[in-house]
Amino acid sequence: MSAVLPLPTRKDEDFRYSDLAALAGVWPVAREEIHVAAGGSASLSLLPDGGDTVARHLVITLDDGAQFDLRALNAGHAFGRIAVDVRLGRAARFTLGAAQLGHAGETLELVTEVTHAEPDAVSRQVVRSVLGGRATGTYLGRVAVARGAVGSDADQSVRAMLLDRTATANARPELEIYADDVKCAHGCAVGELDPAGLFYLQSRGLPPPLAKRLMLQAFVAEAFVGAADEDALSAAALQALEALL
Amino acid sequence: MLQITDLHATVADKPILKGLSLTINAGEIHAIMGPNGAGKSTLAYTLGGRPGYAVTGGTAELDGQDLLALEPHERAAAGLFLGFQYPVEIPGVSFVQFLRESLNSQRRSRGQEPLSGGEFLKLAREKAGLLKLDMDMLTRPVNVGFSGGEKKRAEMVQMGILDPKFAVLDETDSGLDIDALRICGEGINAIMRKPDKAVLLITHYQRLLDYVKPDFVHVLAGGRIVRTGGPELALQLEEEGYEAVAA
Repeated sequence: MSAVLPLPTRKDEDFRYSDLAALAGVWPVAREEIHVAAGGSASLSLLPDGGDTVARHLVITLDDGAQFDLRALNAGHAFGRIAVDVRLGRAARFTLGAAQLGHAGETLELVTEVTHAEPDAVSRQVVRSVLGGRATGTYLGRVAVARGAVGSDADQSVRAMLLDRTATANARPELEIYADDVKCAHGCAVGELDPAGLFYLQSRGLPPPLAKRLMLQAFVAEAFVGAADEDALSAAALQALEALL
Repeated sequence: MLQITDLHATVADKPILKGLSLTINAGEIHAIMGPNGAGKSTLAYTLGGRPGYAVTGGTAELDGQDLLALEPHERAAAGLFLGFQYPVEIPGVSFVQFLRESLNSQRRSRGQEPLSGGEFLKLAREKAGLLKLDMDMLTRPVNVGFSGGEKKRAEMVQMGILDPKFAVLDETDSGLDIDALRICGEGINAIMRKPDKAVLLITHYQRLLDYVKPDFVHVLAGGRIVRTGGPELALQLEEEGYEAVAA
């Protein structure tokens, strides 16, 4: 019945910073259901596929004790949107590591809703964006802890690096907690490349593009630490970074 | 080797260096001492080309090459090394990774073959050993979690690896305990005390000069060199203070 779904408007919080004209071209976005049975584990890496407009909507259900590791490189698209809804069963674990890289007028967004439905589940989200030109990178992340989901442990680490003052980063972590005895942390920062670090590297003989690349590579790598295909993700990220420098 | 003539520099439009002249020949070690705010670090950063340090007059040449016309990385390739008073932490970037790229960038710009991974590690291990720094530390992110003394020793290891012809060492002795001070001093001698190299040591105290004997000691005050002498000048400063000696 998705065909009758109306195109969202900017009044819809989840689409507030979206590129609605681009979205119209791929609307409605199919829901991709992923289910990991109790005690199981699975992983998925989303790498750029060369498409100009890409929108994904993953709906992930983790049964008790299940684990899921999702990594995403949102780059190379004029419009790239990744929406992820996750429901965590008892002691389930969800890991998200994502990088969004844009250097022109891209609109890149990551919209997550992680529900700790049962006790003792763990969620970890690390999002790193590098944005130049007139690119816009958005992270909207809601963590919901249901009534009775004690021992929930959620962490959101969101950082964006702006290479130009014309680029935009939106970051909105959101917590909705209906249980006691939970651990929910979130950190957000938008900044620029540390000029002291850049000068330090250059003073040793590194030309500026190499110095920047090294620092940005390290920044982005934080999203892919511990991934099963960390090397492939890092290589793809490096390739996307080259376009930014 | 280094010829500075009537150098003027400003930081945030405020004049700091006001006509500084200094000649350092190959094989010499010079020490610059001076009170806080005299312009010592500004001299180091101006020579290194740090953004925000604007040269408003004068010249600085390294072996006849106009340093001030070069970008920071080109100054390094020309043979300049800047030892930082406060080495910068760079998360996620390891020493070996960045130093190998730095050294090879320098070598390429001089028309030399880059070092292979194995050759580089051998060199890094040798220099780390010289400064008694655990080689494992060089596989860690640049200066992250290093103590003050380890950061300064790592600076000297970098100097050893990059093998500059001229080094400006900005308060390498600050934050060092007695043993680390000796190790750094001996490191400077081993790496730089050579007929074809020269050093400018910037320091507040005489104690580093017990290990690295300067050929000349200068007093920097108010953005200029106000006195020059031999090693005995450092001792006199230690006894009488800057105010008496620089007046």
